[in-house]
Amino acid sequence: MAEITLKSIAHSYSASPGSGDYVLRDVDLKWRDGGAYALLGPSGCGKTTLLNLMSGLLRPTRGQILYGDRDVTDLDPRARNIAQVFQFPVIYNTFTVFENLAFPLRNRGMRGSDVTRRVERVAEMLELGSLLKQDASDLTADTKQLVSLGRGLVRDDVAAILFDEPLTVIDPHRKWTLRRKLREIHREFRHTLVYVTHDQTEALTFADEVVVMHEGRVLQQATPEELFANPAHTYVGYFIGSPGMNVLPCRIEDGGAVIAGHRVPLPAELAARAAGRAGTLELGIRPEHLVLGPPEGGVPATIVFVEDHGRFQIASATLGEGATKDAAPDGAKAAIKLKLPPGAPVAAGQTCRLGLPPERVRLYEDGRAILGTSPATTPTTSPATTPATTTAAGTGD
Amino acid sequence: MVSKRKNNRAWLLVTPMVVMVAFSAIVPLMTVVNYSVQDILGPEMRVFVGFEWFRKVLRDPELHGAFLRQLLFSFAILAVQLPLGIGISLLMPRQGWRSSATLVVLSLPLLIPWNVVGTMWQIFCRADIGAAGAALHGMGISYNYTANPVDAWLTVVVMDVWHWTPLVALLCFSGLRAIPDAYYLAARIDGASPWAVFRYIQLPKLKNVLVIAVLLRFMDSFMIYTEPFVLTGGGPGNSTTFLSQFLTRLAVGQFDLGPAAAFSLIYFLFILLFCYVFRVIMTRPDEG
Repeated sequence: MAEITLKSIAHSYSASPGSGDYVLRDVDLKWRDGGAYALLGPSGCGKTTLLNLMSGLLRPTRGQILYGDRDVTDLDPRARNIAQVFQFPVIYNTFTVFENLAFPLRNRGMRGSDVTRRVERVAEMLELGSLLKQDASDLTADTKQLVSLGRGLVRDDVAAILFDEPLTVIDPHRKWTLRRKLREIHREFRHTLVYVTHDQTEALTFADEVVVMHEGRVLQQATPEELFANPAHTYVGYFIGSPGMNVLPCRIEDGGAVIAGHRVPLPAELAARAAGRAGTLELGIRPEHLVLGPPEGGVPATIVFVEDHGRFQIASATLGEGATKDAAPDGAKAAIKLKLPPGAPVAAGQTCRLGLPPERVRLYEDGRAILGTSPATTPTTSPATTPATTTAAGTGD
Repeated sequence: MVSKRKNNRAWLLVTPMVVMVAFSAIVPLMTVVNYSVQDILGPEMRVFVGFEWFRKVLRDPELHGAFLRQLLFSFAILAVQLPLGIGISLLMPRQGWRSSATLVVLSLPLLIPWNVVGTMWQIFCRADIGAAGAALHGMGISYNYTANPVDAWLTVVVMDVWHWTPLVALLCFSGLRAIPDAYYLAARIDGASPWAVFRYIQLPKLKNVLVIAVLLRFMDSFMIYTEPFVLTGGGPGNSTTFLSQFLTRLAVGQFDLGPAAAFSLIYFLFILLFCYVFRVIMTRPDEG
């Protein structure tokens, strides 16, 4: 086991790549030894490619991969000694469960009682003990996936265990159990785990730290609560949270941000840093942080639509005075979403004022965060305090 | 009532098929059964002889010889074609124009009519004008398929291998294509050697297509007629006289319809029995 470092990795599947052919561009990452990480992003953003580069199934077009101090860029998976669990369970059909689990050990020349001891230990850990003598082809999909995982765990010296959307084919009610099992195994054995997913709930509940990817780039590597509180990029804001962050075009005017023709106060430091920037400025605020009918100030808005989700309500509104659903005369109107507690007095057609608490407002220049205040939460906070709203709202598509 | 009427409609739909099968298979087969239990002395003179012909045919030493040659031939070509076909399929490119080109080239022998295959090889192996025959002679190897039984055998086997190995290869190729990439990736992660990948991933997945390949190749080779007939005419002596040629000689050459019919039935039942037993053995573990 060791720290895994990716140094300016770029990858293209084309043999002579043009600038548009890269699925990964300039990825620099460090995976701490023993950490539980999630690699989160939409389909096609390069997550799986990155995983396959780490395990050695692919060679990067450019860049370097280090396990500890050892350069493994040109080594194959066998020499790297790494485990990977795939989207669809892979089991060797002619084998029993025992033989499946023993396969990686036997391939490395281990024989006899050593094999039996390790297989039995892993089987006990995964609660597969009673199935060891069964034909692996008869198992259900989730048990097969456990066996696949077991083949990774059976070598206790693996550098890391990589998961490529391992719960895709698992029944929803078994997903939760399996994810919890992964957490348990992680707590007990402290393998480095890297978990690829496009599902934010899975990522946020699994990982100590989440890496958000988009179009071949890493946008942010942070704890779940940091991703929620301080998205480094508007895309992270959209992607994390349900609904995602509201991002509104704005401009800076005497220490405040102007959206839809109305001034929103900003913390002084943030306003100072944002003033005079040349790029496109946007203001971001989480739907959970908007205040409906603040004691003073606020931006006028009209509620257009309310969805009642039972445990909370999501209201869509248009900003600006006298704005209606259809009229957007000068672009002053902007759509915004609010997340409100159940029973909050809100109805479609209602006009109101929306408060944007200064400490919750984030500013972005060309999509990238302008750091104004020190982070609201520090990365050292325990992952158990993931914002309740995020987990509760994650629908896990 | 309603369901009963529906059943009758089903009969209407099934009947054309039954009639077709009756004319194409059942009626000819029954005619053969009819011949096999009669001694036909003239157009209007028939005598019922029971199982006489069956007994006679089964005791015929010439038939025993043909039967053994046939078994030897079928197992020989299976022993060559299966490993060779698997080997070729493993080496075939999996995608791109190379894959298409390989598929076309491999399919060519399958498209050639049987008698043409025989004729091609007859010329190809002639010592005076055939490329292969002349080349062997040039290398100082004595080779003559019309005079030497071993040479004749080798020629027939090589010809069949050339003609039909592509079928096995194509079947295996389709089987290999059905293996998801994740299996190969997982095997690399598990540190499996190329042999282990073949033994534990590819071969198990090939099992079903191999069962089909064995059945097809066994039935086909067991009925082989045209190619050896064109190439060697069953000679030299009787050395390449296989069952169907023996049967033709009996039925058409000597016009012994009774024994020929009895033998046809035995021949038919043997192939049926072999294929059935093989299939049951090979597919049993899957159903368990």
